[in-house]
Amino acid sequence: MIAAIVFLPLLGAVIAGFFGRLLGDRGAQIVTSSLLVVSAVLSWITFFGVTGHEGGAYKIHLMTWVLSGALEVDWALRVDTLTAVMLVVVTSVSSLVHIYSAGYMSEDPHIPRFQAYLSLFTFAMLMLVTADNFLQVFFGWEGVGLASYLLIGFWYKKPSANAAAIKAFVVNRVGDFGFALGIFAIFLVFGSLSFDSVFGAAGEQAGKSFEFLGYDVDILTTICLLLFVGCMGKSAQLGLHTWLPDAMEGPTPVSALIHAATMVTAGVFLVARCSPLFEYAPVALEVVTVIGASTAFFAATVGLVQNDIKRVIAYSTCSQLGYMFFAAGVGAYEAAIFHLFTHAFFKALLFLGAGSVIHAMHHEQDMRNMGGTWKYIKFTYAMMWIGNLALAGVPFFAGFYSKDMIIEVAYSAHSGVGNYAFTLGVLAAALTAFYSWRLLFMTFHGEKRWAGHGHDDHHAHGHDDHGHDHGHGHTPHESPLVMTIPLALLAVGAIFSGFFFYDSFVGEHREAFWGGAIFVGAANEVIEHAHHVPGWVKLAPLVATVLGIAIAFWFYILKPRLPVALAKTHKELYAFLLNKWYFDELYNLIFIRGAFLIGRLFWKGGDGRIIDGFGPNGISARVLDVARRAVKLQSGYLYHYAFVMLIGVAALVSWYIYRMGVTP
Amino acid sequence: MIADLAMGWPILSVTTFLPLVGAVLILLTRGEGEAVEQNIRRIALITTVVTFLVSLLMWAGFDNGTAAFQFEEKTAWIGDTITYHMGVDGISVLFVILTTFLMPLAILASEVITKRVKEYMVAFLVLETLMIGVFCALDLVLFYLFFEAGLIPMFLIIGIWGGARRIYATFKFFLYTLLGSLLMLLAIIAIYLTAGTTDVAVLLNYNFPVDMQYWLWLAFFASFAVKVPMWPVHTWLPDAHVEAPTAGSVILAGVLLKMGGYGFIRFSLPMFPEASVYFTPMMFALSVVAIIYTSLVALVQEDMKKLIAYSSVAHMGFITLGTFSFTEQGLQGAIIQMISHGIVSGALFLCVGVVYDRLHTREIARYGGLVNRMPVYAFVFMLFTMATVGLPGTSGFVGEFLIMVGTFKASTLATFLAATGLILGAAYSLYLYRRVVFGELVHADLQDMEDLNWREKLTFIPLMVTALWIGIYPTYFTAATDASVQNLITQAQAKMAANAAAAADAPAPEGAEQGASH
Repeated sequence: MIAAIVFLPLLGAVIAGFFGRLLGDRGAQIVTSSLLVVSAVLSWITFFGVTGHEGGAYKIHLMTWVLSGALEVDWALRVDTLTAVMLVVVTSVSSLVHIYSAGYMSEDPHIPRFQAYLSLFTFAMLMLVTADNFLQVFFGWEGVGLASYLLIGFWYKKPSANAAAIKAFVVNRVGDFGFALGIFAIFLVFGSLSFDSVFGAAGEQAGKSFEFLGYDVDILTTICLLLFVGCMGKSAQLGLHTWLPDAMEGPTPVSALIHAATMVTAGVFLVARCSPLFEYAPVALEVVTVIGASTAFFAATVGLVQNDIKRVIAYSTCSQLGYMFFAAGVGAYEAAIFHLFTHAFFKALLFLGAGSVIHAMHHEQDMRNMGGTWKYIKFTYAMMWIGNLALAGVPFFAGFYSKDMIIEVAYSAHSGVGNYAFTLGVLAAALTAFYSWRLLFMTFHGEKRWAGHGHDDHHAHGHDDHGHDHGHGHTPHESPLVMTIPLALLAVGAIFSGFFFYDSFVGEHREAFWGGAIFVGAANEVIEHAHHVPGWVKLAPLVATVLGIAIAFWFYILKPRLPVALAKTHKELYAFLLNKWYFDELYNLIFIRGAFLIGRLFWKGGDGRIIDGFGPNGISARVLDVARRAVKLQSGYLYHYAFVMLIGVAALVSWYIYRMGVTP
Repeated sequence: MIADLAMGWPILSVTTFLPLVGAVLILLTRGEGEAVEQNIRRIALITTVVTFLVSLLMWAGFDNGTAAFQFEEKTAWIGDTITYHMGVDGISVLFVILTTFLMPLAILASEVITKRVKEYMVAFLVLETLMIGVFCALDLVLFYLFFEAGLIPMFLIIGIWGGARRIYATFKFFLYTLLGSLLMLLAIIAIYLTAGTTDVAVLLNYNFPVDMQYWLWLAFFASFAVKVPMWPVHTWLPDAHVEAPTAGSVILAGVLLKMGGYGFIRFSLPMFPEASVYFTPMMFALSVVAIIYTSLVALVQEDMKKLIAYSSVAHMGFITLGTFSFTEQGLQGAIIQMISHGIVSGALFLCVGVVYDRLHTREIARYGGLVNRMPVYAFVFMLFTMATVGLPGTSGFVGEFLIMVGTFKASTLATFLAATGLILGAAYSLYLYRRVVFGELVHADLQDMEDLNWREKLTFIPLMVTALWIGIYPTYFTAATDASVQNLITQAQAKMAANAAAAADAPAPEGAEQGASH
């Protein structure tokens, strides 16, 4: 069954990719979507079969992959609770996105290719979560990177999309560089890459040190930090986050599937999977906490001022991933995965909802050109409300259970980094609420700022001009059923997934539910403590949320001119946030320009002037004159001479060595 | 059953000299004109395909379980000591297959050659004989002959059928390699004077005095380093590639570059183990510089072939790194990486050839948006771009991964620096792909570009299959190298231990320990 779950999407990708022209658009959609639905149904069956009781975990061996000396790596599929959770998330969201795309991409000329990429992505992601060894994780890890690259650059005619695609791949490679080194170190230390042998021996390595880059360092801390560099790349954490907002160049269903619900959470998954290592590496956990909390806060501040509807949600994703990381960092891996689980539903809902808005607005993404649309797209409007309520953690929606749990575990860690995470977590909660409702208000309420309505006036001729350009009517229209049904299903998840699964993931039944898939050290009782935090801690995020919503209401409904005025009075701060803390500018200057500059220097200076100048050119300049004449002379018979030369060389050498052999 | 068919006849000599028979047949053809040229092409193609089939038969009979030389042939040749000795083991067998595999594809890709077809095909077939000979020769003199003579046909291929600056390129090529070969010749003479034989099978078990090893090692290094090519003696390669016709580039990148790496593994490591360990830090340094330096240079190239040529230098840096890690993973990785690079860079040069044949320029800026006209081409090019980037599941990954796993044991620093190649490789490859394939079709003359024809597809399919096969099930290939690589390491260690014991007054064993703790 597990093999079917993993390989059906690959089958779909192959069919749609190679026989797309034969199948036609509709055929490709039907084939890929139905295979994904089958895979999703099987995943849910697996989920209920595996979770909640001991001994449900199993693995199957497919074949040998790499075999060299002591290094033995297999293609194998591993199923335990952690895998099962990821299977459900990946296949559910993926199947809905497959279906939704039938509507969203209906005008695209490359539908089979799109569906094939989506299915290819799903396959790689499933290989990642079912991996039984580090190398197969790496296979999935880079495989999803490839799919992400292909999908971000799906509209290959757009230079910005191509640039974003390369950026995503290369920045992820920076992370993978760390991940790869981590894998090498694991093999060096443990002599194996399979999870069971490595995790089983982790305790023995605790506190030991080895030589790395000339320094004597703690083994497990180093390995965990190297792996975490990979997680930072894939999950867009502070420092390696720059690719994620740009990735919004891809079609919106892609953003929902890859850049919100599944691929970007792979880093959180890996930390949870490696909990047996991280539990023995407290320093690494502190780093994870600090980076996670900082990202949660940083991304939320940037999200405050973005105008592109998808970018707001992208920064929100980045921020929420930060929450998951600091939860894992304080040792509450279950809480991290719980948030990953609920977040997948409501963030996919928000993205697909945004997609529905964009579809309704004829591919307009700038919220400054929206407004007052709620009457035209009431269903989408309702869906966005649900998504936002869940994201902001309003009671009884999914985010309420998972996000509050995270803030509580941070508090109950009672450590310096825990308090840091708690403070930033609460602050970020307020910011989250603010930008979420800012998005709602700017998109759906206020004056109609879209083409056809002009900005403040209702000039008819403006409408006509634009009408000609696009060849569309301009009134926003609700999306077709094929798009709204997936939205409704995700909304169900966004509402109920927290309430329904709370007990299993982080509540009383958690031990039975996880069945040993996540390792927690004996001294780690952070989740238990989190259930007994003081009342004000439980209340803090809620207050922050309400505050955030209230300010957004004040700014964008009551006093819509206030934000503009604020941006003017605090110009530097506004520019700082709008330009995302100038990370891109800085990286561009140092790394990209730097690399090109050095490259040119090495090429023209190093190769050209120094190596060639002193080497062959100096000599060949003289030889050349002679040679030119020689070649001209022999032109027609050059090869004859060459054979004479060959025989000459042979004879000469043979004679020479022969004589040496005879004389002494 | 099939394996038995390979026994009882000189299969290696047949594989080696079969192309020469084809060359003679071509020389015997008379007349001019289309029909004759077509005939010549057909003879060349059939010859190379038959050679490939014979080599496959040899592989089928190959016993993975032993480190000994197989299919040995030995007859007296010059005097009593220099013999015609042929044989393959786990280190060389894959290279023979790689050569015979790439040749028919190179012939197929030569359809566009219309100038002196007869001579062209003869040159290629002679080249094939010499290349196979290099990997089968088990006598130093015989090896040297094949090794050096291989230059001549390549020299001609570039010099006659090459691009505008072909004369400059050939002389640069010639100058570099000549210097190295002279030193190697001297070393071979010295070896003969010391050991009294040039038989490789004997020499592999011969223990050279340690202080002599350094000199011999350096002399071999001079020749192999140029062939690999290692930084800083790499500058002949971009020029040679740029000027060579497509098939020339395929064979140059695919097979000729491998001779250097093969030489290090076949001769330098087992014959001069102490010297190899002694020079390991230098080899690591040169390899790492090659990876970073040439990757950065590749990033700023404006000529497609030059870019791929520079990327080859970077990839070969990984190979020398893995070789001198002296670990099983590193050495097997180096061999797999060489095979993989032969296939992938060969395919990339074919990709360049496809568009060059249509537009007659290699300038990257002249392209863009090809996917609009050539979707199949875009797919093929993407697959090999990913393979060169080292995406898991493609052949490029397995080699690089094994190399770095092995090297990590020897030096974390070298591995760390080499791993930056993962990032830079992605950058220059995707940047190239984007500029050529993606975007709008801006140049008017690109509007009529035709997608791959059946001949081109036929050329690419075997390459794609192999690149994925090695990526997904490399064990099939590593199994062949296993016993020989293991044997190489244990033999070398035994030699070093013996020498260390002999030098009783030395306080600690120099060598393996030193290299490992670096």
